[in-house]
Amino acid sequence: MHRPRVRTMPGSRSLLVAGLAAVALVASACSGTSDQGADRADGTDVAASGEPRAIISLSPTTTEMLYAVGAGDRVIAVDERSDFPEDAPVTDLSGYTPNLEAILGYQPDLVVATDDTGDIVSGLERSGVEVLLLPAAQTLDDTYTQLEQVGAATGTIGEAAELVSRMRAEIDEIVASVPERETPLTYFHELDDTFYTVTDDTYIGEVYSLLGMTSIATGDDTYPQLSEELILEADPDLVMLADGQCCGITPEVVAERPGWGELSAVRQDRVFVVDEDLASRWGPRVVDFMREVAGIVSTLPVNDPQPEREPAS
Amino acid sequence: MIRASPRHALVLGGATLLFLVALLAGTLVGPAGLTPGGVLLELVGRLPFVHVESGFSPRQQVILWEIRIPRVVLGGIVGAMLALAGATYQGVFRNPLADPYLLGVSSGAGLGATLAIVVGGVMGSALVPPAAFVGGMIAVMATYALGRSVGGGRTEVVIILAGVAVAAFASAIQTFFMQRNDETLRQVYSWMLGRLTTSGWSEVRTVLPYVIVSVAVIALFRRTLDVMAVGDVEASTLGIAPARVRLVLISVATLGTAAVVSVSGLIGFVGIVIPHAVRMVIGPGHRLLLPLSLLVGASFLILADIVARTAMSPAELPIGVVTAAIGAPFFLFVLRRSRGLI
Repeated sequence: MHRPRVRTMPGSRSLLVAGLAAVALVASACSGTSDQGADRADGTDVAASGEPRAIISLSPTTTEMLYAVGAGDRVIAVDERSDFPEDAPVTDLSGYTPNLEAILGYQPDLVVATDDTGDIVSGLERSGVEVLLLPAAQTLDDTYTQLEQVGAATGTIGEAAELVSRMRAEIDEIVASVPERETPLTYFHELDDTFYTVTDDTYIGEVYSLLGMTSIATGDDTYPQLSEELILEADPDLVMLADGQCCGITPEVVAERPGWGELSAVRQDRVFVVDEDLASRWGPRVVDFMREVAGIVSTLPVNDPQPEREPAS
Repeated sequence: MIRASPRHALVLGGATLLFLVALLAGTLVGPAGLTPGGVLLELVGRLPFVHVESGFSPRQQVILWEIRIPRVVLGGIVGAMLALAGATYQGVFRNPLADPYLLGVSSGAGLGATLAIVVGGVMGSALVPPAAFVGGMIAVMATYALGRSVGGGRTEVVIILAGVAVAAFASAIQTFFMQRNDETLRQVYSWMLGRLTTSGWSEVRTVLPYVIVSVAVIALFRRTLDVMAVGDVEASTLGIAPARVRLVLISVATLGTAAVVSVSGLIGFVGIVIPHAVRMVIGPGHRLLLPLSLLVGASFLILADIVARTAMSPAELPIGVVTAAIGAPFFLFVLRRSRGLI
């Protein structure tokens, strides 16, 4: 599930990320102080044990991270959009418009979230709750770092390190399995039916790049809305639809769009629906997304990296 | 009543010329590298009994005829309708500040469209225009009723404040539904920014019937609007039923606005800026104001869309951003010049 936040301009975005990182640093620094556990209303001294026992996750990505590092059995509540793993305790808590009192009602000792919407971090800290802020990853390395952070915060450092090295190995394997090409395949990754997409300088763009693909979108705006005529002119080798769930887009719908029937990708059946959740949750399941895309790319003949173009006139 | 004078003929001719220039510019300019010369040859080649080769590949022809030209046509229709509706509202409410935005019509239509998308899911898109009309109609009626009951003798001024309140209320409910249904958030959000990105001939076919009805009815009432400008009592003595005329005109202007807004999203400032600009040149008479607003509104939006398509290429700029960037400063300029009117 994509949020509008992906459309923030790069400048403000990195500023925001920097700010959030600073808050996260302060938060993790604070968690070490001795008086933190003593302030807790129910009297349990969490700081002493070093491991949070009641964890709340406010985003699908952080939920998946918590379960992946083996802290899932201590997760007591997740936000309404976290739907993986299936047995995660979904509640009506919102990560999009978080409500401080509703979160405190679960008496958590650790809250993991992706951003400080509604300024909940200071409220949680005032209430003595530890907060781990993990802003949307920009690169695969960010994901590894975040998994290690989750491990450190939940006392599962060993599991996290193991997971990260497993992910690295699997990704290397997937990348190696994709046939090499002289010219990268070009793709249009459709985020929604108004033609928002990604450039190579995004998390998803990095994943595609590793698999030998390059986006038709370029420029400073890393999540641009493309002109329809530009998409048709660029004539991407592949069209990747990440808007099947949100907008009901299928290869058939794409083929029926005015003018799109002329696209090489449409004529050669190279329009694919990809799992929208896997493509937008930049956590442990990015491996599954890579495997999905690698499977698609591997079926395309290597000797014909540029599908036959139409004559110039 | 205004008599056609050489000056008026000149203004009308100028506006027509502007419209033709905008149409041509919109067709020639775009992010895909189609050479203007080639586009011209394509256009000429479509004329009967003319055979010229543009040298365009089939794909380039598709970009021109299926993507760019319908977008220019739709932009023209949307701009024309918003400007004409603005001029009509201003006449009906005897308030130069009235426009689909300030009266709450756009927000009401937005709420209706959001509900259609939320309730109807992906299949709700067919429900969007009627739902937008009902929402817009309820909003403008609420604005009118509020303005009358609160405003007393100063309805003309208070109605704008009522419109702002109704718009805020409609937006609040809309936001509520959007937050409850984050699956549709992206779609609605994109629509609220205003865009012609996905417009094709099918959108043109969808809105055209509503717009034609709206324009035709408004044109029939052009003289009545002049009479009503003087006052309700005076209009009554001339055999006009102001309340009934008002209801008819509000309905058709709202119908047209809701139809175009349902495909283009919220595009602001066209309805207020264009009629004002026209009035500065030719004065308040509706017989000229209405057709000129239509032509200039169409030209304005086509030109604004050129900016939206090319300024940030390869990315698009939401067209609502362009109209606001041009419209808001101009609006302030108009306010300064026409203080006497308000």
